[in-house]
Amino acid sequence: MLHGAAEGRVRKNKQGFLHEMRQNRFLYLLTVPGILFFLVFSYVPMGGLVIAFQDYSMRYGIFGSKFNGFDNFRFLFQTGDIWRVTGNTLYLNILFIVFSTLMSVLLAILFSEMSGRRWKRITQSISILPNFVSWTVIALFLDAFIDPTTGMLAKWLAKIGAPVDFYANAQVWPALLVLLRIWQGAGYGAIVYIATIVGIDPQIYEAADIDGTTRIQKIFRITIPILKPTIILMTMFGVGRIFYGDFGMIYALVGDNSLLFKTTDVIDTYVYRMMRMLRNYGMSAATGMFQSVLGFVFIIAANWIARKLEPDSALF
Amino acid sequence: MSELVQKKQRHSVSNKVLNTVVYILVILFCVLCIIPFLVGISASFSDERSLLREGYSFWPVAFSTAAYDMLFSTRQIVDSYKVSIFVTVVGTVLSMVVTAMMAYPLSVKKLKYRGAISFFAYFTMLFNGGLVPTYMLVSKYLGMRDTVWCMIIPVLVNPWNLFLLRNFFSAIPAELHESARIDGANDVRILWQIILPVSLPALATVALFYGVSYWNQWFNAMLYIEDASKFPLQYLIMKMLRNIELLKQMSSQAGFAVDMSALPTVTTKMATAIVTIGPIVIAYPFAQKYFTSGLIVGSVKG
Repeated sequence: MLHGAAEGRVRKNKQGFLHEMRQNRFLYLLTVPGILFFLVFSYVPMGGLVIAFQDYSMRYGIFGSKFNGFDNFRFLFQTGDIWRVTGNTLYLNILFIVFSTLMSVLLAILFSEMSGRRWKRITQSISILPNFVSWTVIALFLDAFIDPTTGMLAKWLAKIGAPVDFYANAQVWPALLVLLRIWQGAGYGAIVYIATIVGIDPQIYEAADIDGTTRIQKIFRITIPILKPTIILMTMFGVGRIFYGDFGMIYALVGDNSLLFKTTDVIDTYVYRMMRMLRNYGMSAATGMFQSVLGFVFIIAANWIARKLEPDSALF
Repeated sequence: MSELVQKKQRHSVSNKVLNTVVYILVILFCVLCIIPFLVGISASFSDERSLLREGYSFWPVAFSTAAYDMLFSTRQIVDSYKVSIFVTVVGTVLSMVVTAMMAYPLSVKKLKYRGAISFFAYFTMLFNGGLVPTYMLVSKYLGMRDTVWCMIIPVLVNPWNLFLLRNFFSAIPAELHESARIDGANDVRILWQIILPVSLPALATVALFYGVSYWNQWFNAMLYIEDASKFPLQYLIMKMLRNIELLKQMSSQAGFAVDMSALPTVTTKMATAIVTIGPIVIAYPFAQKYFTSGLIVGSVKG
């Protein structure tokens, strides 16, 4: 009896699958190119992680290279590079998340306090513009400010007696990168907070007006508390990618200038250099795998915690 | 009574102060946003020698179009422009077709396996194979090295954009397509005649996201392209940046400045940057509202 019921369910499920496919074949057909894309360019490379366990040689390829167990990982941890680049990645990302969020929220509040519509629109458009400029162009623009002999900022610093050789002084780069990140992304990041503020029921502010609340008080007692879930959600997006360095930004700005590696070398730039300069594919893949696994474990854990504390801010 | 008036006056004074502070801060930020562009434009129209002597400035010390003359005298800039335009236009169209095709079924509630397919795509945002396997796949096994396709195919679908579009589609009121279904329309007709027309603003938003990312992309070119005639603009800048940087690094280590004034290298770099951001700055005022609305809807979880 029980057996029969289970068998029946299985058969029904099987029929269900085929039936479902036939019923909605057009819809399923539409997803095929996308599924193929993810299969080839996301899932196949996951299988390619076996390179991390190989003494990979370009000549023999993935199927002909010799396996060397955990040698790549052992060597990776022995050099100690991995801790430096992981530390830099985390440190820079934390700085980026904290300061970008603060600046975006501040900008959003400032924009919402502006009364002139025209001004609001124009200034907001200007503040978003840098987001659409690539880091290569930004790197060129940066040169105009920090070049040791011709840069405007470098010249000014030299004039006031505090010269900084930006291209040789690794110490100043975390702050510089944060400033550039704010310049590039704070205006764009403010949009989502502006949208939240616009969505606030005006009656709440009107009620506060009757109580004689000042504008500053309204910002701190109404606007910021209402922004809190959005702030947490946006922070979560950043935290979820905390082990991933911004390659596009850092490689465009720093490049192969080894004088700056101490503070700017992140996992992604390290992986790239290991592959392109040293041609050590096995170790490069091992580093990449270390990053992916760490990132994956971290995002699952972060999401689990977020779900416990504030279900709305969980990513999935 | 007079107390209330006083209170109101005090309020309006503090209001004015606050307004002033707000405007000053916002305008200050906007000025800072624009300054690098101005300095870049100024440098690109400067005479190389005077720029190296006097340094960068908001206004050219000695006006010159030598950088642009030199830039446009090379074939390289024309080639790179062509590559960038091809990659942006063809890439955006292909990406939109594949992304929209996948996003729509994922928004249809009656579809039994949409959760599984969504997860299949979502998982790629959580875990990936990393650089080396992808590099091997594209360059060794798919043979895309030194073709323009290596800048399009490996980045065809961005899962973020996929879910953005799915959320747009999901937000379309169900009555709209259900009434059409009752009238006997099939899935094909519903998609073509109902869903896509009402989703035009959403499609435009996602297309703009794709367009900007294709235009600004240089990483894949750096990985897979060695033939200079296939360099996109951004990678051309990257190349210029690097070669000069090497000199700068050497001079900074040696403690003296290398004289590079024989060629308009610095101003030419700036001119290339200006030429590269030109299309974005021109299209920007028209496209801006889409970026804004796109990000707002994208921030709604789905």
